Amino acid sequence: MRLTCPLCGARDRREFTWVGAAALRARPAPGGDFVAWAHERENPAGPLDELWLHSAGCGALLCGTRDTVTHAAAPLTLAGGER
Amino acid sequence: MHFSGYRVLAEALRGGKGWRPFWRKAAPADEYDAIIIGGGGHGLATAYYLAREHGLNRIAVLEKGWVGSGNVGRNTTIVRATYMIPGNQEFYSASLKMWETLAQDLNFNLMYSPRGLLQLFHSDGQRDAFARRGNAMLIQGDDAQLLDREGLRRLVPYLDYEQSRYPVHGALLHPRGGTVRHDAVAWAYARAADARGVDIIENCEVTGFDITQGRVTGVQTTRGAIRAPRIGMAVAGRSGQLVARAGFRLPVESHILQAFVTEGLKPFVHHVISYGMGHFYISQSDKGGLVFGGDIDFYPSYAQRGNLPMAEHVMEAAMTLMPAIGRARVLRNWGGIMDMTPDGSPIIDQSPVAGLYLNTGWNYGGFKAIPASGLSFAHLIATGAPHPLARRYRLDRFATGAVLDEEGTGATHHLH
Amino acid sequence: MSGIDPSRPLRFRFDGREVQGFAGDTVASALLRAGRRLVARSFKYHRPRGVVSTGSDEPSALVTVGQGAAQTPNQRATMVEITEGLEVFSQNAWPSLALDVQAVNDLVAPLLGAGFYYKTFMWPRRAWFRLYEPVIRRAAGLGALSGQADRGRDEKAFAFCDLLVIGAGPAGLMAALAAARAGADVILADEAAAMGGRLLYEAEEVGGVPAADWVAGVLAELAGWPNVRLMPRCTVTGVYDHGTYAAIERLAPAPGRPRECFWRIVAQRAVLATGASERLIAFPGNDRPGVMLAGAARGYLNRYGVLAGKRVVVFANNDDAQRSARDLAAAGAAVLVVDPRAQAVALGDYPLRAGAEVVATRGRAALRAVAVRDAAGHVEWLAADCLAVSGGWNPVLQLACHLGAKPVWNEAVGGFVMAPDAVSGMALAGAVTGAFSTRAALAEGIAAGAAAARALNLAPVAPDLPAADAEAGAMRLHWQVAAKGRAFVDLANDVTVKDLVLAAAEGMGAPEHAKRYTTQGMAPDQGRLSNPTALAVLADATARALAEGGTTTARPPFVPVSISAMGAGGLGAGFAPLRKSPAHAAALDRGAVMIEAGPWLRASHFLRPGEDGWATSCAREVGHVRSAVGVADVSTLSRFDIQGPDAAEFLHRVCTNTINTLKPGHVRYTLLLREDGMVMEDGPLVHLAPDRYWLFTSSGSEALVRRHLELAAQGQWPDLRLRIFEASENWAQFAIAGPRARDLLTATLDALPDLPFMGAAPVNWGAAQGWLLRISYSGELGYELALPARFGDAAFRALTDAAEALGGGAYGLEAMNVLRIEKGFLTHAEIDGRVTASDLGLGRMLRAGGGHIGADLAARPALTAPGRAQLVALRPTAPGTIAAGGHLFAQGAALAPENDLGHVTSACHSPTLGHALALALLRDGRARMGETLRLWDGLRGTDQLVEVIAPAQYDPEGGRARG
Repeated sequence: MRLTCPLCGARDRREFTWVGAAALRARPAPGGDFVAWAHERENPAGPLDELWLHSAGCGALLCGTRDTVTHAAAPLTLAGGER
Repeated sequence: MHFSGYRVLAEALRGGKGWRPFWRKAAPADEYDAIIIGGGGHGLATAYYLAREHGLNRIAVLEKGWVGSGNVGRNTTIVRATYMIPGNQEFYSASLKMWETLAQDLNFNLMYSPRGLLQLFHSDGQRDAFARRGNAMLIQGDDAQLLDREGLRRLVPYLDYEQSRYPVHGALLHPRGGTVRHDAVAWAYARAADARGVDIIENCEVTGFDITQGRVTGVQTTRGAIRAPRIGMAVAGRSGQLVARAGFRLPVESHILQAFVTEGLKPFVHHVISYGMGHFYISQSDKGGLVFGGDIDFYPSYAQRGNLPMAEHVMEAAMTLMPAIGRARVLRNWGGIMDMTPDGSPIIDQSPVAGLYLNTGWNYGGFKAIPASGLSFAHLIATGAPHPLARRYRLDRFATGAVLDEEGTGATHHLH
Repeated sequence: MSGIDPSRPLRFRFDGREVQGFAGDTVASALLRAGRRLVARSFKYHRPRGVVSTGSDEPSALVTVGQGAAQTPNQRATMVEITEGLEVFSQNAWPSLALDVQAVNDLVAPLLGAGFYYKTFMWPRRAWFRLYEPVIRRAAGLGALSGQADRGRDEKAFAFCDLLVIGAGPAGLMAALAAARAGADVILADEAAAMGGRLLYEAEEVGGVPAADWVAGVLAELAGWPNVRLMPRCTVTGVYDHGTYAAIERLAPAPGRPRECFWRIVAQRAVLATGASERLIAFPGNDRPGVMLAGAARGYLNRYGVLAGKRVVVFANNDDAQRSARDLAAAGAAVLVVDPRAQAVALGDYPLRAGAEVVATRGRAALRAVAVRDAAGHVEWLAADCLAVSGGWNPVLQLACHLGAKPVWNEAVGGFVMAPDAVSGMALAGAVTGAFSTRAALAEGIAAGAAAARALNLAPVAPDLPAADAEAGAMRLHWQVAAKGRAFVDLANDVTVKDLVLAAAEGMGAPEHAKRYTTQGMAPDQGRLSNPTALAVLADATARALAEGGTTTARPPFVPVSISAMGAGGLGAGFAPLRKSPAHAAALDRGAVMIEAGPWLRASHFLRPGEDGWATSCAREVGHVRSAVGVADVSTLSRFDIQGPDAAEFLHRVCTNTINTLKPGHVRYTLLLREDGMVMEDGPLVHLAPDRYWLFTSSGSEALVRRHLELAAQGQWPDLRLRIFEASENWAQFAIAGPRARDLLTATLDALPDLPFMGAAPVNWGAAQGWLLRISYSGELGYELALPARFGDAAFRALTDAAEALGGGAYGLEAMNVLRIEKGFLTHAEIDGRVTASDLGLGRMLRAGGGHIGADLAARPALTAPGRAQLVALRPTAPGTIAAGGHLFAQGAALAPENDLGHVTSACHSPTLGHALALALLRDGRARMGETLRLWDGLRGTDQLVEVIAPAQYDPEGGRARG
């Protein structure tokens, strides 16, 4: 499996750590529905928006869409935007 | 038809003309008392116990492919009762007891082989954690022994005790742990359920639910609509997709777990061994193949196949722990879809839709759970009340906090 | 051109008997030349078996190669190149290959049909494991492992290319040539020792010259291109996502070279040119030594100069097999062709019986005779020493299936084929598509190579199509012969037509069921030779069309891959990085005994002369800290250097206590919760300077904590301006603890800043600029000195010298553990992922108002309800020791799960207090102070009474650390 980091280019999957579904970015405000946010998953058989940490690379948290059936993956973007 | 050595002999003499199909190729009726979605180990066991324990006589199992096409035929065949969290302890203990007599119950040789499970430890801290676990197993009434390095070496002399990256300090031995012939479990339950009148309907995929005023009344399938007041789903990694058709979400993420088998070899690995410092566990099948696996690939997938990084990690763990199998060659590698939950424990409970029951979240431990899972799920479906063995496997435990986090890794589905 | 070099004879041994061959021979070709027919025993019935094919699809001729640690079972004799002195052994036979007692299985074969073991061996209940299974296990299996550790050298490597061409037959050669001329980076991989594919086995011409000469010409050109890498002996074994391929290379034997290399090849495009493999016909007795594939019979002749028999019957349903008849007859064999097609005619100078079939064979250790039945049903026995069989050809498309694509039946091809665009980035060319003629393969190769070049935005320079044989060899499907007797479908697993018919009768006729029930296709060849035949037999038995039933699934690896190669690098210490502190060598010089602590090696204790083990050293080291001064290496802690104008706000959201009031130059002990409200880590947070913090977490926790922090920083609050650097390796850090710690530092540092408890300040140690933190994990007056890693060695030596001068010394993990247990401080034995701050007695560290990670879910009812396990300490009521892992019960309560009150997390002997001391998580523990409980440790056979006491037993007020 190969993933494309916007800073480093296409790299082997083993450089990356899967962090979770991209929905994890939308942390509820205090008092919000943390139970659903932390536990329930859309878990699609198809395109999934997800987060990868380029842990053995540049360290950027990255975001992208990958199909969980075919594994077809779009190039990743910076989860935190251009900072 | 009763299976026995005599029957095998008799059929050999008459050219095998008397053998009959294990189960009928049933076509769906319009209506059942209960429908089980999923013709894997859990679903078939549930149908069997519904018929046997609760006297329901119109039961259907709907399988979208062929019986046993899911994880019941894609695992490393290990059975054990090595849990320490209340809720898991009693459930897996009961399940192992059921395995011990299941071949006779179902009249099908499942080849339960209590060859002993060895969980290795590599530090004092790991030893203490296994001591806690082993004591919990003893308190539950199961068996456990703490082996030091020399005790372990007498059982498995071929580990690398000298040069391995993480020195082997000893192991927790669970003598009754072992293996079961995985495919046969699905066939045996299907045959026994069929004998009690259960319709096993293959190539029948559920495409939707009929829900009226919050209560399920039937399913839509690729073979037409089928009505039933009680519907249980046991579809493992496909749970999330299926409940989406009923309009709700589950605390489940589907991940890929790979497993491997080598070419046939003369007996060499006589136990089930799990490594404590990497993702690797191994046994040897009766055919002679070394059967081993590792951890999930760590990304959600429905592909039933994995990628190289985890496969290589597993092989590297094999080499550091038991270089004596280095010359064995991997014949085949496959992947199963694991229904991972936030605490690593399963869910056997009612769903938000009345009449629709959930059996899901087996993570990568579902195979050994099959008998107790079927028994408990059948009880829930038939009575509407949880079976005592599974009373803690509630869907709402993530809201209440009464989680069953055996690994202590928290609400991160893929880290259990 | 022959594939062997007659001027270079080589001798090897088979079962101890010397065999002569030549350079270029395989074990199979050399044994055949030497007249050996019997080379193996079959898996289940132990029937005598010989060589069937020329390639990696060989189902029968499995041998063990090498002795001792290098012993490698289950090698295909057809793939093993001979070398001088090579030791080859038959396997799965006892006492010998010729006389194998387990051949008795063959006599009771009617009892041993498909799945017989599911129906019996169930009584008495325990007999399966005790009696039947051991017998079956010993009988099963193929070759044996040596039992010795394999420490031979294998390697792993990555390769990158524009185009990977898999298979160097006519299609693959042309694809590689077309892409190479266009300028693409090409890897051409082929599993054979010599490239050329079937062209090396054929007596035909390409481009007007003998095929092998044409191959040599193409290879010469390819070898001359700098952008081409030729990889013979390299089998592509798996297709993975996004253009990643696995391959196993068998390196040509040479001293000092690794045996095998496991490749990860990343390719933008691939051409699958794996050709086709011939299939057998299922008829009774089709497995005897001397029965081989027709293409193999002519291959051994044309490539190795081995005539497989003097009296050869060719049994085939196609014209291609008549090439074998032609070549064998030309070499002097007496050849008869038996062809079930009524209209078949001989295409050469040999007799042909049309409309006839082979219905039986004779010969135990080698084929002696063949029974031929004519169209009228008349059976005639004919003497024969070789039966060359061809049931047609199966495209070798397993690799195209690895990503999930399904092959489909093609009646015109007479085989399963793959849709052209089934696999993203991969084109199929040649016989793998069903294009069986040489000319078609060449043309498809050129087209595929040119298409790949275009896809890579290169201008294709396609080679001309050379003149070649355009005849594919007409065929009419003929899977099995209706005749009495056992007809083998899967030779490798001894699965017969009857087994498959039985499976169908028992309702197990779906391909995946039949496979699992009969084991057809589960042998070392994964059914490469037998799958289509099995599917055809099943289709017949279940009265469905072959196109309807589907296939089983081809999985990686395409050929078996040794664990040692795929796991190369994992041997011994290679499995995981070994982390050593910058003061590692200095500690060893002081007598440190190192132990593994997660990824790190750390000093367990420092053995001094006269000390008899860790306990003695540990007690002394604890005494140093409690009464003088000790020095401990804590460089292994995970250290996050967090910088930025919003670092304070970020940490305030991440940590449970109030952080935004922490002033520079101060340290605060803090907690990190997971989102689910459980404690993740505890540790000091240091405010070094405006906008700069150090957060310490436990040794080896970097990966998890980093994921946790970066998700928050980059994912959830990207508007906060900060960066997180994981800086564990950049610093050495030492704890200096004990009543004389200040004296030690005064003597060591240039100037000792006057630090309050939980203060931090920059310091200089010689040329080194570092930080001094006044924190304590021992309960004594304590400091931690952080210096750039390169000063770690010298600093540890200097600090230890100074400590010894003050009556103290270095202390290790064991002492550290005792010191912290005496103080009730925590490690991951207590922070086990299931405990809340309140469980640990740290509820005061949760700030009012929450707002930090984990605050919301920590408020869930079950996390705050009574009855949770809480941290306590225990001491035995009578002198004795305590080990961690025991469980706690009320006195008199039954040992049952519902009465289980908790467990011991950590335990030690406290030299300071003079008794055993433990920490435990105990249900409602804080309400049980002073209770006497039963501590049961059945695993270790201890059962004792303990008193529940407060966790901080030593200096509970904390005056010593503050002093």
